[in-house]
Amino acid sequence: MIELQHHAVELRGIEKSFRSPAGPVHAVRGIDVAIAPGEVVALLGPNGAGKSTTVDVLLGLTKADDGTATLFGRPPAEAVRAGQVGAMLQTGALLRDLSVRELVTVVASLYPEPLDVDEVLELVGITGLGGRRTQKLSGGETQRVRFALALVTNPELLVLDEPTAAMDVEGRHAFWATMRAFAAQGKTVLFATHYLEEADAYADRAVLLARGRVVVDGPTTEIKALVGLRTIRATLPGADLDVLSHLPGVSAAESRGEAIVLRCVDSDATIRALLERFPRARDIEISGAGFEEAFLELTRDHDRQEEAA
Amino acid sequence: MTSTTYVRYELVRVLRNRRFFLFSLGFPLVLYFLVAGPNRDVHDLGGSGVSAPLYFMIGLTAFGAMNSVIAGGARIAFDRSVGWTRQLRLTPLSPRSYLVTKILTAYLTALITVVVLAAAGASLGVHLSASVWAETIALLLIGLLPFAALGILFGHLLTVDSLGPAVGGTTALLAFLGGVWFPIQSGFMHTVAQALPSYWLVQASRVATGGHAWGVRGWAITVAWTIVLGAAAAWAYRRDTERA
Repeated sequence: MIELQHHAVELRGIEKSFRSPAGPVHAVRGIDVAIAPGEVVALLGPNGAGKSTTVDVLLGLTKADDGTATLFGRPPAEAVRAGQVGAMLQTGALLRDLSVRELVTVVASLYPEPLDVDEVLELVGITGLGGRRTQKLSGGETQRVRFALALVTNPELLVLDEPTAAMDVEGRHAFWATMRAFAAQGKTVLFATHYLEEADAYADRAVLLARGRVVVDGPTTEIKALVGLRTIRATLPGADLDVLSHLPGVSAAESRGEAIVLRCVDSDATIRALLERFPRARDIEISGAGFEEAFLELTRDHDRQEEAA
Repeated sequence: MTSTTYVRYELVRVLRNRRFFLFSLGFPLVLYFLVAGPNRDVHDLGGSGVSAPLYFMIGLTAFGAMNSVIAGGARIAFDRSVGWTRQLRLTPLSPRSYLVTKILTAYLTALITVVVLAAAGASLGVHLSASVWAETIALLLIGLLPFAALGILFGHLLTVDSLGPAVGGTTALLAFLGGVWFPIQSGFMHTVAQALPSYWLVQASRVATGGHAWGVRGWAITVAWTIVLGAAAAWAYRRDTERA
C-alpha cells in the first residue's frame, strides 16, 4: 500500500546528550514517535524526562546526535519556513516596547496565511490586554500572549511546551478550551506536560517519557492504569492476591509479608470494596499520586525488562 | 522575504526607547547649538575650509548617526537575551531577513538624525544646494557602513550588560578621534584620524567646498573598514545562527 499522507511528526531513533561538569547527560536516548495529522498528543513525563529536548529536536532548534526528525515528511527547518508550524516554548520573554496587539501583528506578518489578529486576541481572551505594553504583563498574561503568538500563525502543527505552567485555574480552562477548538479544525497538536490530568483530559493519546525513553505510547487510559494514581497499603495476612487484583479500581496487587500493596486508579472504589470483602484489613494507608515516583518505578521496570531482553 | 510590518514595528520600538532620543537625537542636537551657536560667524573653521555651522552640523550628524547605526545592530543582543531570536527561528523569517530588518531599521533611525540636524543647521544659516545635500547624505550613508557592521558584531558578541558602555565608549572615542569636536588638520593625531572611518564620515561636510570630499584615501579607508568589520560581523552572525 502506498502511503499517501505524511505523518505530521515523525521521530526515528532520536538521541541527544549534553556535556555537563559531571560528564555527559543523556537527555534523550532513542525516541521513536509518529503522529498522524489531526491527532492531539501529549508528551508526558516528569521533569528531566527529555520532553523539552525532544520538542527542541522536532522543531529543529537542536540537532540530534543521532536519528531523524521530520514534520510533514520534510526536515523541521523546511516545515518551519513554509509556515506549517506554530510553537509556544517554555522559555523566552516577549519583545518589549510593543503593545500586545502590535507584537501579535508582527508575528502574523511573518506567515503566509495568518489568522486575524483581533480574532486571536478574542479567542485567547486577551482583547482587553491588546493595548498593554508587553513588559507590563503578569506571568499568566504573558503565557496567554505567547499562546496567541503560536495561534495567529495558523499552523498545521501546533507545538506547546508546558503551556499552562504560569497560568491560574481560570486561565488553564480558557487555554484548553481554545486548544480543543483549534484541534477540532483537523489540526495536529503536540503538547508537553508533566500533569497526567492534563494529558488525560485533553489529549487523544499520550507518549510517556522517562529518562529519555518512551515508556508507554497509547491512549491515556492505558497510562493511567499502568501508573496507578494512588497506593493502598494494609495489613491483611493470607489474602488472595487474585481476588485483590480484581477489586474495583485496582490496577496491580502485590503482597509484602503480611502486608498488601494495591495500586489503584480509583482508590475510593477500591477502599470501599476492600473493607466490604476483607473487614479484617487494618493499618490502612492510602498514599497520594506520587506521579513522579510512579514514573521512575515504571522506568525501572522498563530498564529491567530491557536488561532481561 | 523581509516583512515591512516587522521593519515598521522595529522602528516603532526604537522610537519608544529613551536611549535613542538621548544619544542619537537629543545629545547631538543640544551639543550642536552649544558648539556651533557661538561660532556661527566662523567661515573657515580651523583651516578646514568649511564654516563652523556646517562643519559641526555634519560632525554631530555623524556622531548621532554613528550611535544610531551601532546601537541598531547591538540591539540584536537584547533580542538574544530575551529569547526572541530563538522564537524567530520558529517562524518563516530567515536569519538573513532578520539581519536586513535590523540594518534597515538602523539606517532609518540614522536618517532621522540627519533630518533633525539638517533643520538645526538651517536655523544657524547653513544653506546647501540640493545636489550638495544629496552627495553629502550619500557619503554619510556609505560612511556608516563600517559602523553598521560593528553594531552587528557587538550584537552577537556582547551581553546586554556590557552593551551600553561598549556602544557609548566606542562612539565617543571614534567621534573624538574622527574630529567631531574640532577639525584635526595636522600632526600625529591627523595621521591616526585618517585611518579611522569616523574621520571620513565627518569629512562628508567637505562636499560643500566643491571637488571630492573623500579622495582615494577616504574611499580606501571606508571600504577597508567595511570589509574587515563586515567579515567579523558575518563570522559572529554565523556562529550564532548556525549553532544548533
